[in-house]
Amino acid sequence: MSSTTMAMPAATGMRRHASLRRDRRWALITSYVFLIIFAIFFLIPPYYMVVTALKSDAEVAHMATNPWIIANGITLDQFKILFTQTDFLIFFKNTAIVTTCVVVITMVVSVLAAFSLGRMRFWGSSILATGIFLTYLVPDTLLFLPLFQIVKAVGLLNSYWGMVLVYPTLTVPFCTWIMIGYFQSIPKELDEAALIDGAGHMQMLLKIFIPVALPGIIAATIFAFTVSWAAFVYPMAFLYSADQQVLTVGTVTSLIRADVYKWGMLMAGALVAAAPPLVIYAFLMDYYIAGLTAGATKG
Amino acid sequence: MAEVALHQVVKKYGEVEAVRAIDLDIPDNEFVVLVGPSGCGKSTTLRMIAGLEEVTSGNISIGGEVVNDLPPKDRDIAMVFQNYALYPHMTAFENMSFGLKLRKLPKAEIRQRVEQAARILDITELLDRRPKALSGGQRQRVAMGRAIVRNPKVFLFDEPLSNLDAKLRVQMRTEIKRVHQKVKTTTVYVTHDQVEAMTLADRVVVMNHGRIEQIGTPQELYHHPRTRFVAGFIGSPAMNFIPCRLEQNGAGMRARISDAIAFPVPAANEGRYRPVVGKDLVLGLRPEHITEPRHNGRDDGRDFTATLDVVEPMGMETMVFFTIKGTEICGRVEPSSAADAGAPMRLYANIDHMHLIDPASGAVI
Amino acid sequence: MPASSAGIRDVEPPARGDRYKVEDSRMADTVQSWVPGLQQAGVRPSARSGLSKFLRQRSTIAFLFCLPLIAIITCLVIYPAFYSIYLSMLNKAQTRFIGLGNFSYLLSRDVFWMVVQQSAIFALSAVFFKALIGLITAHLINNLPAKGQRKWRGMLLVPWVIPLALSSLGWWWLFDPTHSAFNWILTGLGFDEVPWLSNPYWARFSVILVNVWYGAPFFLIMYLAALKSVPEQLYEAAAIDGANAWQKFIHITLPMMRNIIAITVLFSLIVTFANFDIVQIMTAGGPRNMTHVFATYAFLLGIRSGDLPLGAATSLFMFPILAIAAVFILRGVRKRGREIG
Repeated sequence: MSSTTMAMPAATGMRRHASLRRDRRWALITSYVFLIIFAIFFLIPPYYMVVTALKSDAEVAHMATNPWIIANGITLDQFKILFTQTDFLIFFKNTAIVTTCVVVITMVVSVLAAFSLGRMRFWGSSILATGIFLTYLVPDTLLFLPLFQIVKAVGLLNSYWGMVLVYPTLTVPFCTWIMIGYFQSIPKELDEAALIDGAGHMQMLLKIFIPVALPGIIAATIFAFTVSWAAFVYPMAFLYSADQQVLTVGTVTSLIRADVYKWGMLMAGALVAAAPPLVIYAFLMDYYIAGLTAGATKG
Repeated sequence: MAEVALHQVVKKYGEVEAVRAIDLDIPDNEFVVLVGPSGCGKSTTLRMIAGLEEVTSGNISIGGEVVNDLPPKDRDIAMVFQNYALYPHMTAFENMSFGLKLRKLPKAEIRQRVEQAARILDITELLDRRPKALSGGQRQRVAMGRAIVRNPKVFLFDEPLSNLDAKLRVQMRTEIKRVHQKVKTTTVYVTHDQVEAMTLADRVVVMNHGRIEQIGTPQELYHHPRTRFVAGFIGSPAMNFIPCRLEQNGAGMRARISDAIAFPVPAANEGRYRPVVGKDLVLGLRPEHITEPRHNGRDDGRDFTATLDVVEPMGMETMVFFTIKGTEICGRVEPSSAADAGAPMRLYANIDHMHLIDPASGAVI
Repeated sequence: MPASSAGIRDVEPPARGDRYKVEDSRMADTVQSWVPGLQQAGVRPSARSGLSKFLRQRSTIAFLFCLPLIAIITCLVIYPAFYSIYLSMLNKAQTRFIGLGNFSYLLSRDVFWMVVQQSAIFALSAVFFKALIGLITAHLINNLPAKGQRKWRGMLLVPWVIPLALSSLGWWWLFDPTHSAFNWILTGLGFDEVPWLSNPYWARFSVILVNVWYGAPFFLIMYLAALKSVPEQLYEAAAIDGANAWQKFIHITLPMMRNIIAITVLFSLIVTFANFDIVQIMTAGGPRNMTHVFATYAFLLGIRSGDLPLGAATSLFMFPILAIAAVFILRGVRKRGREIG
């Protein structure tokens, strides 16, 4: 008697437990199914770019085989052509120079400004901070025509140094904005302790703030890097000769003009051009994402 | 090592006066604790001594030299912060040596000083660790170490124990006391915890609303508070404040707190109380002075009966709460006493320790 | 936020709230070092040397540190913005001031109105689907066991990481009229071929599709971060109150995320509205100018046809919409700043 009454609730309890677990498993399976569908959607273009880049010209041109797979063997010919018969390496070099300069300029300018605005402050500094945020919201396509005139006036039209001049407008506001957030999250006592320890402003910035806010510095650097690597409107408008061209525009315009839609080589070029941001992303994903989300969650 | 002196120091934030003309002299080697509720100006005072805040008016001098206009680094002080303020990217050793490095001391001397401080604080084996890898108490020690290595004229502590749990706080309290006895540096210590203040201080400075209420040794403050604020702030549980009327009773006086209860005033106090006879006053009596009857059945008018509202056994003693004419009163009785909530209990007021307070001015008479 | 940056904050326990009142150090900093007048208000003007000089110096240095930034913003954003207005009032050769001539010319052109229409369709539909897909994928990932989340998040963010110009090229190849790999599948399944970029309406669809593909991961990341910031106890409390999954979403998740959703949508609206890369690369505005958005049309007029003033005028039409979105974003960010601390 007592054993049955004891067993009853235990049995229903187990059944309920089992159904909860089943529900949970179904929810999980549904999640995976939909995620796989979305993942296919998101990864189709890069996948197809890789496949095309590894095919021979003949296979790309003929529609005989399934375009989604490599039927006639993997070949690196497209990359060989890309590196030897086109201006691609010049574009790459130009982009590397421009990006390096822009990242350095951006980080120096925005770390100094963020340290000042986030910590020291002066008359009008809060207005300036708001102004920086609004500047960050100005898209590059709004002002590229007046900038064309300005770049022309300073004699940097059709020179990649013109890019070094104008790219910081895309990177500095956001980097400053997120660095303000990172610096402000450092406890006030830390710089008071440094003050008592005898640190000056520069020492405080270099020895305390920058090392402590290193994750923020990395996130901002990555942002500056990816933005200047991927910039398209300015070089499209301001650069026209191949020796000054950068990767994005060069790949999309010069490579196409060089031949009649050599898609295999174009895809190879696009992949190599996209590689540096992808590599950085692969290794520093957390910082990359921190930089991405910081704009709305800090400040 | 040096004495610290504040003369008519005022701090204003716009129109708000955070510190109102305080005077304070701290002799060499003394351990002074500034205590008071939050917003009383104690931290601002400390930060003015440190040079983190500007003095609006008045003078602060350290070692005889007016330091009002010196930046913190030139004042030869060291400070320990509430949240330790350790540099998270540096090891304990680097944290402690940072100030010395900025002062360009020779490497060997830095090492020797840090190691000596580490020995005093018993953190030698933690020197290679970053703050993240240290417990709260260990961080506190490193923060103190950072202050000690500098061998400054003055130590400043800003609520250094508030972030520690209760047990560790007691332990670190002893530690701070021990270190001070060893290094004997003039120390100014800020806390809102009166127990900390009483246990650590040579002298306690009680502050309220930007003013100094009283300066004195822990014993003085406990036995002879000068204001109602100090009387209530020092001691735990807090002193009872019971409305009363001082009556002439033949040759003597008595403090009447209800129709049924009036305590005879000790003869020693009568002289002081003469001018306020017949006035409505406040009787201050600490819980530890309301106990079970301790005499041998001889009623000297100090016994009374109260119906207990709440009884809180604490182990080594029992707190009893009762109400007289709307005022809740707390007493402290032996655990063996038969104290039951809802039941009447015979109690004894040790009126020798009474204080009479002028309700208008808050001054203890 | 990833563990790396959260770690910093863990090192220093937050100051106890009750400690800062009048004694608030920030208040001191605020009042003292950024209102110069107050420092001179001291009682003893003669002896004001060291510390106050130090503080004054501090705000001077602070200003100097900002100078490069101010220079960049002034010379390359504020000046061009005003110059743009001036430029838009000149004739093509920039020799004559023609007032609002360029604007009235644009307003009289059918193509311009098509650009307005297409920009609106492009931005609104793309942002809607980006937000929707972002929300769905963020939820799906959030449902997974913790250790799998990173992997999926990493995978789904790839479109955002590839420079848009280059991935647009990849899409163009996928849409190629003769070699389209999509059409290969469609014909294999027995459907007709789709003229992805040669039919104006399909071309509009295609550029929006690419924009959704590119931008949805950004929403995913923002929403995932927001989802993580909703305290788990709220869901537990709701579960005890008897809420099912949908009710939890409606009554807890959405209200908690409302602000971040608004910020992200507005931000994306700006970026999408001003988008250039996708349309320029895949259709260059065609066929029949039907895929032009403001940016590509301004580029066509200003750079390709060499009529800078007319192009500048076209760009300026974007300004009111961007400004309105910006004001709301600023409000949202400030509000969120207060909410989270």
